[in-house]
Amino acid sequence: MNTRNHLSDINSVHQVKLIEKGIVDIPMLQILQPDGSVYKGADVPEVSKELAIKMYETMQFIRILDERMVAAQRQGRISFYLASTGEEAAAVASAAALEPQDMIMSQYREQGALAFRGYTTQQFMNQMFSNEQEPNKGRQMPIHYGDKALNFMTISSPLGTQIPQAAGYAYGQKMAGEPAVTICYFGEGAASEGDFHAGLNMAAVLNCPAIFFCRNNGYAISTPAAEQFAGDGIASRGLGYGIKTIRVDGNDALAVFAATKRAREIALEEQCPVLIEAMSYRLAAHSTSDDPSSYRSKEEEAKWADKDPIKRLAGWLAQQGWLDEEANKKELETMRQEVLQELKRVEQVPVCVIDEIITDVYDKPTWNLEEQLTELKQHIAKYPEAYPKTSGRLNHG
Amino acid sequence: MAKMNLLQAINNALIIAMEENDKVMAFGEDVGHFGGVFRATSNLQEKFGKARCFNTPLTEQGIIGFANGLASQGSYPVAEIQFGDYIFPAFDQIVNETAKFRYRSGGQFTCGSLTIRTPYGGGIAGGLYHSQSPEAFFAHAAGIKIVVPRNPYQAKGLLLASIRDDNPVLFMEPKRIYRASVGDVPEDDYTLPLGKAEVLKEGNDITLLAWGAQMEIMEKAAEMADKQGVSSEIIDLRTITPWDAETVAQSVVKTGRLLISHEAPLTGGFAAEIAATIQKKCFLHLESPIERICGLDTPYPLAHEKEYMPDHLKVFEGIMRSVNF
Repeated sequence: MNTRNHLSDINSVHQVKLIEKGIVDIPMLQILQPDGSVYKGADVPEVSKELAIKMYETMQFIRILDERMVAAQRQGRISFYLASTGEEAAAVASAAALEPQDMIMSQYREQGALAFRGYTTQQFMNQMFSNEQEPNKGRQMPIHYGDKALNFMTISSPLGTQIPQAAGYAYGQKMAGEPAVTICYFGEGAASEGDFHAGLNMAAVLNCPAIFFCRNNGYAISTPAAEQFAGDGIASRGLGYGIKTIRVDGNDALAVFAATKRAREIALEEQCPVLIEAMSYRLAAHSTSDDPSSYRSKEEEAKWADKDPIKRLAGWLAQQGWLDEEANKKELETMRQEVLQELKRVEQVPVCVIDEIITDVYDKPTWNLEEQLTELKQHIAKYPEAYPKTSGRLNHG
Repeated sequence: MAKMNLLQAINNALIIAMEENDKVMAFGEDVGHFGGVFRATSNLQEKFGKARCFNTPLTEQGIIGFANGLASQGSYPVAEIQFGDYIFPAFDQIVNETAKFRYRSGGQFTCGSLTIRTPYGGGIAGGLYHSQSPEAFFAHAAGIKIVVPRNPYQAKGLLLASIRDDNPVLFMEPKRIYRASVGDVPEDDYTLPLGKAEVLKEGNDITLLAWGAQMEIMEKAAEMADKQGVSSEIIDLRTITPWDAETVAQSVVKTGRLLISHEAPLTGGFAAEIAATIQKKCFLHLESPIERICGLDTPYPLAHEKEYMPDHLKVFEGIMRSVNF
């Protein structure tokens, strides 16, 4: 436990002097320039060719998936979607720096981390189509993924709630003696929630091996960062909680990878939290329910499109002699085909039988839930046309 | 058997649970070395170490968020909220997270091992923020259980059952009788079933239903009614959700009358849920309107606490209204 007393490390002064902005300088770690060449003097992290290619292909897969599913939502085939365009490096490269036993708690724009862990196209589709093959049993909106086998905690919509949960999960890992950490993703908007304050402070005081990873992409829906906070981003807050903190270029996969790798080492060795603020830009709309043209300019978007994290990593791979253009083109085409095929196939899979509406509320359905299900099934049987998704399978085995 | 007050019974249950299972951890504000502002966690830190019984920063949403994460990891958190009145900053974590964890993940992840302990209720000159009974707010959240003991024996048996139950439990402790309620408590391990009401006293003319500290008020009122020749059947609900409608309905079919009493305000109180359900299940057996004797629809007042409370006189009047209908 923390043993610091409330007067530790305090010096006296004898004149009134307020602490003003600019006293703490929090720089941004950058390793790759926009064309993929390495900054002079930069410490390039050790990344094997295999891992670098995996990061790159995962980022490309996510961009393809995002583009296709935004279109599918526009066609009315799924109810909702939320793309991560422009932010692929933040999720993918951070996940690449973790170990499989580390728990991932995400917000809702980190599909790249899940894909890096091995979530398949079919699994993504099952969730988005809310069918009976998806582990959440079709209960949650699209993009609310979760997979116990991959140590990826099921996403929920309320913002920031996973932040104190990550502190608790990490504390449990420490108590169990597991060589594992918890990474917790959230956006700079969610960091205004009380749960951010609660979670970071608790993690610091209770020495929890957690990595808090903030995607600062400049906007929370329509609210620009200037209307979100007046301080120096999110990183400056970490210092106030006594948390080791680093700011990175979120469009630079190698910088994100290097920072996360080091954060994991520190969290595990010192059993303490680390805060990473990844600076990026949400090139996508907030979601399919949003139109960013009403609150930001095309010029601004174009400026950031030039900083595309995928192009940047591609540039570096090419300079390493690791990028086979032909093979990559083929790979992209295969991904596109797979996404299309799975989309078509999964559309045909039915939703869960109606009995699942009452399971998992508790470990066993309670008497009132059983009563309500019985009444509901009688009602559906009486008006089957009104409930086409479930009426055909009312009396399944 | 040992004589224990309600706090000692809770402390005893926590010791048994922590001895039995290394993954049980108790935490909250002032829970550590100090042992809690009511001393429910006395000596736990000395016995089990600072890693398993500890203070948290002063943040209710943090305590429950942390507890949710810890439970989903496989530990058995027993989180304390210092007063039920201060549980509301954690309302989002409890209602949107704790309660929905299992359902939204299709059973992949749960907070089933979580127990939230909190003192509740009035009668201690606690004014607006040391008196509340918030059970009805949480009864509307599918996915959690709510348990309220009435005496030391119940407190130990129900708390051990709550900690071991594979669902998150909000365990509400009647603080007015923390020290006043003293009784025989087995020193051994035992549990009492969740979801089961208990018939304290059988009777024929009216069913009296309540929970927690309100049970002794019901007994007192029943004694008064008895002197008027009215035979009351007294039931302790013990579990608010999922509640034991069957036991209550059976009793009402026999007596034909029902009075429900709780300290919380009338409107939207859990008595409304019970009344509506029993009216539907027992319509042809009811001989008078179901009576609800509850707190007023006001914040909990200080100077007028006695007037606010659903005391034995108000319950007695309700009984007589019902039997004379």
